Amino acid sequence: MERIPILQIGDMLLVSIQVDLQDHTAVMLQDDLSNRIVETGAKGVLIDISALEIVDSFIGRMISTTAAVSRVLDAETVVVGMQPAVAITLVELGLTLTGVRTALDVDRGIRLLRRSVEVPIGRGDVTSDERRLE
Amino acid sequence: MSAALSDGPTDAPTVVPVKADSDVVRVRQFVRDVALAARLSLVDQTKLVTAASELARNTLVYGGGGEAAVRVVQRGAVTGVEVVFTDSGPGIADVDLALTDGWTSGSGLGLGLSGTKRLVDEFDLKTAPGAGTSVTIVKWKR
Repeated sequence: MERIPILQIGDMLLVSIQVDLQDHTAVMLQDDLSNRIVETGAKGVLIDISALEIVDSFIGRMISTTAAVSRVLDAETVVVGMQPAVAITLVELGLTLTGVRTALDVDRGIRLLRRSVEVPIGRGDVTSDERRLE
Repeated sequence: MSAALSDGPTDAPTVVPVKADSDVVRVRQFVRDVALAARLSLVDQTKLVTAASELARNTLVYGGGGEAAVRVVQRGAVTGVEVVFTDSGPGIADVDLALTDGWTSGSGLGLGLSGTKRLVDEFDLKTAPGAGTSVTIVKWKR
């Protein structure tokens, strides 16, 4: 049975989905991620979907649920690398991934997570870069 | 109505069974291959494959399994890809309701049929309670 590997980098978990996701693989990933967040105390989760050729309602719901569960477990989720054709299709399908933070690539995603871990959302608008300048 | 979707010579459809989770992935991959061969644009390929994924899952989850028949179709000078999903499940009692945005019979998001319809150029639903469901979709090459 296929399982998506979850890598730990510092206080972040990194998932790169490189296979055409079967529904049960997606569900398993959701469970694995929740467990790993609790085990590791990770503050951020980065999900790279650049290799996904489609995101349908099931996978979209998995992504939304994962982000919501992570938040409840005190971790932020950022989804990175969505292909433009996938984004167009998702919106037309009616899925806007409300509540899911996104970034264009892994690099930007990591920076976004670092910022949100240092300055949790809702505690002022000062970014880490600005603080460093002061 | 589905006979009128195409007027030209067409290939015999390739039938992909939809009996398990892994078949949904197989349908996606096969539809992608055919859409690529029919030279649909990347966005149109993605829309068609996503629509096929939604319908294959419906066939499996609500129809209790069935099949997807995929073929290249012609209408005049225009080429398209047609996928027909057939199951012999319980059917849909209220088609208009099932096609309403936000409606869901189960754990879905209520985007299934109405959202899928938006992704394709032709959408033909044939169903009756107890008589199974057949959904035909076509995406034309632009």
